[in-house]
Amino acid sequence: MFKGMTRKQRKTLIRILIGLVLFLSLHLAEELPLPVQLTICLIGYAVVGYDIVWKAVRNIGHGQIFDENFLMVVATAGAIVLGEFHEGVEVMLFYQIGEFFQSYAVGRSRKNITQLMDIRPDCAYIEQGDELVQVDPDEIPVGTVITVRTGEKIPIDGVVVEGESTLNTAALTGESMPREVFPGSEVISGCINMTGPLKIRTTKEFGESTVSKILELVENSGFNKSNSERFITRFARIYTPIVVFGALIVAIIPPLVRMGLMGLAPEWNDWVFRALTFLVISCPCALVISIPLSFFAGIGGASRSGILIKGANYLESLSKTRQVVFDKTGTMTKGVFEVVAIHHAPVDDQKLLELAAHAEAYSTHPISECLRRAYKGTIDTDRIESIKEHGGHGIVAVIDDCTVIVGNEKLLKEQGIKGMFCHSHGTIVHVAVDGAYFGHIVIRDMLKPTSVQAVQALHQNGVRETVMLTGDREEVAREVANELGITDVQSGLLPEDKVRIVEEMMAKTKEKEAGGKHRSILAFVGDGINDAPVLARADVGIAMGALGADAAIEAADIVLMDDDPLKIAEAIRISRKCMRIVRENIVGAIGIKVLVLVLSAIGMATMELAIFADVGVMILAVLNAMRALRVNSL
Amino acid sequence: MKKQYDIEVDCANCANKMEVAANDTEGIKEAKVNFMTLKMNVEFEDGIEEKDTKKIMKTVLKNCRKFEPDCEIEF
Repeated sequence: MFKGMTRKQRKTLIRILIGLVLFLSLHLAEELPLPVQLTICLIGYAVVGYDIVWKAVRNIGHGQIFDENFLMVVATAGAIVLGEFHEGVEVMLFYQIGEFFQSYAVGRSRKNITQLMDIRPDCAYIEQGDELVQVDPDEIPVGTVITVRTGEKIPIDGVVVEGESTLNTAALTGESMPREVFPGSEVISGCINMTGPLKIRTTKEFGESTVSKILELVENSGFNKSNSERFITRFARIYTPIVVFGALIVAIIPPLVRMGLMGLAPEWNDWVFRALTFLVISCPCALVISIPLSFFAGIGGASRSGILIKGANYLESLSKTRQVVFDKTGTMTKGVFEVVAIHHAPVDDQKLLELAAHAEAYSTHPISECLRRAYKGTIDTDRIESIKEHGGHGIVAVIDDCTVIVGNEKLLKEQGIKGMFCHSHGTIVHVAVDGAYFGHIVIRDMLKPTSVQAVQALHQNGVRETVMLTGDREEVAREVANELGITDVQSGLLPEDKVRIVEEMMAKTKEKEAGGKHRSILAFVGDGINDAPVLARADVGIAMGALGADAAIEAADIVLMDDDPLKIAEAIRISRKCMRIVRENIVGAIGIKVLVLVLSAIGMATMELAIFADVGVMILAVLNAMRALRVNSL
Repeated sequence: MKKQYDIEVDCANCANKMEVAANDTEGIKEAKVNFMTLKMNVEFEDGIEEKDTKKIMKTVLKNCRKFEPDCEIEF
């Protein structure tokens, strides 16, 4: 029972239990003479509430009259003076139980959430002679070779120098997509090494590694406070004074009115008691704790799904997303060219790719890389006699004593070869050998498998407008937009054009909704590196594929760890759920408190009900807040 | 200059009070308290140097304790 409690909490719990026993014996002691009852009552009160009384006295010295300790002391001492011993002790007892529960529950949730997010590796291993030596990752300089055994987390970002294995990225992305690594592969910290030992040369310090950055980001998210939190903080500051003044009015005005105007007995005791119940409800703790807790739980839950949210304010904005603007390359498409078809080749496809790959052997252009990848064999540079690049149009090479032309239509014409026109969408690479046309290769940047579904999911989740902005050519942009079902597309844009368009869209919405309270939010989704200015400018900037890209983590408000565009809709759903919980807590807590205030003003509320409005509501709000952590079913 | 400190405080409202008290302390440009992670982020006024921070944080703690006698700041 004491497990997981701090010393202070254990002490409080023991005091509460003693207090509870004394309180119950007070019930049995009703037959006993008054002085005995009073003694039991005061002992119980002292055991349970001495620290509250002490704090109240100290804070009065500092001029803190609206301090909840002070108000609690006034309420309980007042009840005892009025002869309501039970109530006096009871209120103090339950106030302490409430404080205890709050401290315990918040401590637990804090631990739960941080544990859930804890992808921090404990140690790193370095091979020294035949032995593995355990080292604090913080002390490993860049360039050290570390050993990661099967089943361990990679502690620091680096490059594999020895060994082959499969990595589990689930801790970072929320999906257990295995990733194959071999010497030369870049690996990031936080992944779990699944199938074989690896030796990794570190490329970063521990503090700069992905895992440290992510943890820092989520831990600091609480500093970016949402409007709801600011509202509650402001509300809490005025709530207590208002209730205290209300209590004063209830205690003084009605008895005077009864005496002076109605000629009735003032019934001071009754009205003062009603005022005391006011004071019990005057603590704003339920509100103040449940809102940041809801956001913290929501952000923690989202990070388990591979969605990093940099602050409660972004979570709040995200829930109001009505417009989503995408980048194309790397966001909706894979950002890597792939060979999709080979047409009119007189030789077999593999042979054609072999020729093209050899001709493009030394080029770093993405198309050349794609051709080399598509040709699965190794390139034998001895077969290449000469290579001549024709600036931006293609290459004329001599391979195996044959002249091979690989390039676009213009190059073909230049070389006086008649090619075949192609209707396929994408980039067409023509090939000719010794003056004869050898067909063409169709290359495309493919859509990500979930992109189409992602756009549909956005529309199902209340997004009214989806727009695609791209630097690519118009035909390619149209084609991709058609496949995605996006009608609004603008192409041939430079990064500053994207900023301008996004700014215009936001200004237009603002104009349209002038006077409206809930401004629609525009989210921009980009790949984080060349889109940094737009990511920063949009209401909410969402960066894709942060695995390994520091720039994305810096620039965006929300980071999707695994390139999956379907996560945009999931992030919106998580934010909606979290905001629903926040609203429930605000409305529920304020509602119940106001209701009980009214009931006690008209004499219909007991002290027990007031305790419920204080402690009970807080417990309910904390439990409700913890629901925000569960995002799996979304 | 910005620094982060670990804090100890029991209730969320007290954490808010600490934030107010810290912001009212001389030498502090902005202080933010995160109750969930029990951390305080402090931005010192321009011209404040590393060696002065300890003294300022002592005053911050003193001011915070006026509101919440139980609180603690690690510096």
